[in-house]
Amino acid sequence: MRRRDFLESVAAGTLTLFFTSPLGSAPIVPTRPGAYPEDFNAYLKIAADGRVTCMVGKVELGQGAMTVLAMLVGEELELDPAKVEMVLGDTDLCPWDMPTGGSLTMWHTAPVLRGAAAEARAVLLRMASRALGAPVSDLAMKDGAIWMKSAPARRTTFGELVQGRKLERHLGKVKPKALADCTVIGRRVSRKDALAKVTGAAKYAGDLRLPGTLHACILRPPAQGQTLVAADTSAAERVHGVRIVRDGSLLAVLHPQPDVAHKALALVKGTFEGPEPDVDDARIYQYLVDRAAPGQRVVISRGDVAVGEKRAATVVEAEYRNAYESHATLEPHVSVAQWDGNRMTVWSSTQSPFVFRDSVAEALKLPPDKVHVIAQLVGGGFGGKLAGPDAVEAARLARQVPGVPIQVAWNREEDLFLDGYRPAAVVKIRAGLDAGRGAITFWDCTAAGVSQGEAELAYDMQTSRYQAPTVPNLHPLKVGAWRAPNAHTNAFARESQLDALAAKAGLDPVTLRRRLITDGRLLNLLEQAVEAFGWEPAPGPTGRGIGLACGAWRQGLVVAIAQVSVDKATGKVKAERVLEAVDVGLVVNPDGARQQVEGAITQCIGQALSEEIRFRGGRILDKNFDTYLLPRFSAIPRIQVVFADTGTSVTQGIGEPPVVPVAAALANAVFDATGARVTHVPFTPERVLEALKHVPAK
Amino acid sequence: MKATVSFMLNGKPVTVESPRDRMLVWVLRDELGLTGTKVGCEAGLCGACTVLVDSEAMPSCSTALGDVAGKSVLTIEGLAVDGKLNPVQEAFREHSAFQCGYCTSGMIMAAWALLKKKPKATRSEIIEAMEGNLCRCGAHVRILDAVESAGQAMGGAR
Repeated sequence: MRRRDFLESVAAGTLTLFFTSPLGSAPIVPTRPGAYPEDFNAYLKIAADGRVTCMVGKVELGQGAMTVLAMLVGEELELDPAKVEMVLGDTDLCPWDMPTGGSLTMWHTAPVLRGAAAEARAVLLRMASRALGAPVSDLAMKDGAIWMKSAPARRTTFGELVQGRKLERHLGKVKPKALADCTVIGRRVSRKDALAKVTGAAKYAGDLRLPGTLHACILRPPAQGQTLVAADTSAAERVHGVRIVRDGSLLAVLHPQPDVAHKALALVKGTFEGPEPDVDDARIYQYLVDRAAPGQRVVISRGDVAVGEKRAATVVEAEYRNAYESHATLEPHVSVAQWDGNRMTVWSSTQSPFVFRDSVAEALKLPPDKVHVIAQLVGGGFGGKLAGPDAVEAARLARQVPGVPIQVAWNREEDLFLDGYRPAAVVKIRAGLDAGRGAITFWDCTAAGVSQGEAELAYDMQTSRYQAPTVPNLHPLKVGAWRAPNAHTNAFARESQLDALAAKAGLDPVTLRRRLITDGRLLNLLEQAVEAFGWEPAPGPTGRGIGLACGAWRQGLVVAIAQVSVDKATGKVKAERVLEAVDVGLVVNPDGARQQVEGAITQCIGQALSEEIRFRGGRILDKNFDTYLLPRFSAIPRIQVVFADTGTSVTQGIGEPPVVPVAAALANAVFDATGARVTHVPFTPERVLEALKHVPAK
Repeated sequence: MKATVSFMLNGKPVTVESPRDRMLVWVLRDELGLTGTKVGCEAGLCGACTVLVDSEAMPSCSTALGDVAGKSVLTIEGLAVDGKLNPVQEAFREHSAFQCGYCTSGMIMAAWALLKKKPKATRSEIIEAMEGNLCRCGAHVRILDAVESAGQAMGGAR
């Protein structure tokens, strides 16, 4: 398919007529970063046979983008979403978009796509009005046909109207259908990727079988940040069919078979150089605090916390920590690149095709339009596939062997070693409650390793301060965005601290929050969660093992209530039940949204209880799933999901929000069960046993 | 050292010329073009590469080609018959028991190995049988629901 077939830019002067123009005659819309095209033709194409294709620069990561975006188009064009063909994440075919992350698909892209589809609907109706000689008000549309309500035999189709050409009618902003008229939004729809995924037919980047593909295994340093200075490849070169390619410090063994390439790589002796930081996973927290100290800066300040502290009757001071956590997508990073002497084509497991394109272009000193990135189905992202180091590696190697497709598929050890982790962090909070137990008089927070993102929630705090470090390259390891970055670290500290204040003041944690919450939406959500769970008010610890936490990601709000059991002999925590009440505005695909919440809760069982990257200097000690512990079936709680009925037609996105309060709710539940406050994520059995030692005897 | 190894693959005989110690997953994916079987850890720790060897669920990343000589291997591609989904596949689709789908082939194969023997498997037996299969997106609850309902569809109504 040629992109000019559907990308074009039309001057506003064509507004007066409606007609279609032959494909291929219009100039191409530059896919410029930072702007969504205003012409709906960039998103929608109607073929001669009437089939509707939707092109969006987002990617299917498993989160259901393919399905929910097709629902939006289907809604406006009165089509079954199963009949809307989706082209996602192809930098030649799709208009520029932000990365698929940060819950932006429904927040940013969905309104644009809905608007484009609404405009296409209006244009098609106008064209049908002329073709059938009937007023638009007498027209009905369904399944690609348009007919007169007063004379149903008089009908036409999308295909007949458009005749395989490009719509040039531009009506400007057209309002999407009113919620009351919607027949697709809010309905249960089967996932468009279901059949391919249950039959094994789904194609991921590693499943491409381009003729002549060579698999590249890359020589890695023993420690992060080191570079190759010398290599002896003589033994590897003796393996039949092996080819060695070197580009600067990048050295790879190429072979048609991935396992042979891997074995040959083991024969290469490399010498690497580079400093290793004197730190490990035990000393990282003091390391971060010490390194951050000189650069601490006040980033949030309300009133004078010193004055607020004088009014406090109950004061709690605590330090909260979390370890480095890997994205550990089940599909490791994979890219395939092919250089044809003029353009680089890259097939990737990517959350950000346009970022990958630009990264490859920059690395190879090519203009971006000489790089074509084609996103494949992605085997999990969670923020781990935003940057594209694997794509750059594949492209650098492919440049050296023109015409040959080069696959770079990291193995698990490489994936754990090269990942950009959720940053380890330390958040210290000193805060106080007034004698009436109805107001936070001061809240003084100092963080290292994390920023202030989503540190605040709609709680009434008379005075507050948040200090965060400005020191660049604070972390000794590579860090990145991990689903709801910063927010879950800050929510863990804040919601644990509120729970501790409530307990110390002898107050039920929900009662305290009711008194503090300043936002009606959050208060409603709290009541909904409490009601659905069957929360019985009592000051903790009650021994029941139930904890609550609130959280936000932009406009999305979540209240989590967790119930745990704790084995006091072993320190093992089992999540028994987790409920989340979620307010993310209009829920377009209810079952898809529910999947996101269930998935976030499940994923955070691992975050809260077991996942931690162990390291010494730049050496990553966790090399596979025997020591890096993802939650398995036996660890999964009963899950309940409640959506707030908001009546709004604004969509917000749901990837991030349900992650935010889970670890805090679980920690508060551990306190409620045992009286032990766990302040270090993950709360492994060892850490729980340690915390249990500090429980005062009754 | 290449060897000639014959086995039954999805009900049909195949013969491959490949080293006997080559892991089955590479033979399936690279020599036979069956890419539905996924590679997740290459150490038998994640279950993404699960296939059935003589009806037993096995990690194909840790099963040598030589060890399946003369045996019967079933992969995800061999489950549907004449375009009709197997009950486990049908249940996974019905329950949307996946997100990214990368673990799905292995999950379905592990579940099928269990239900073939024991369609009336209880929830805790299903959990035990699936414990070796990792899902990173957190589809676990739906996977368990799907496996239970597939068992019921197979005549194992409880």
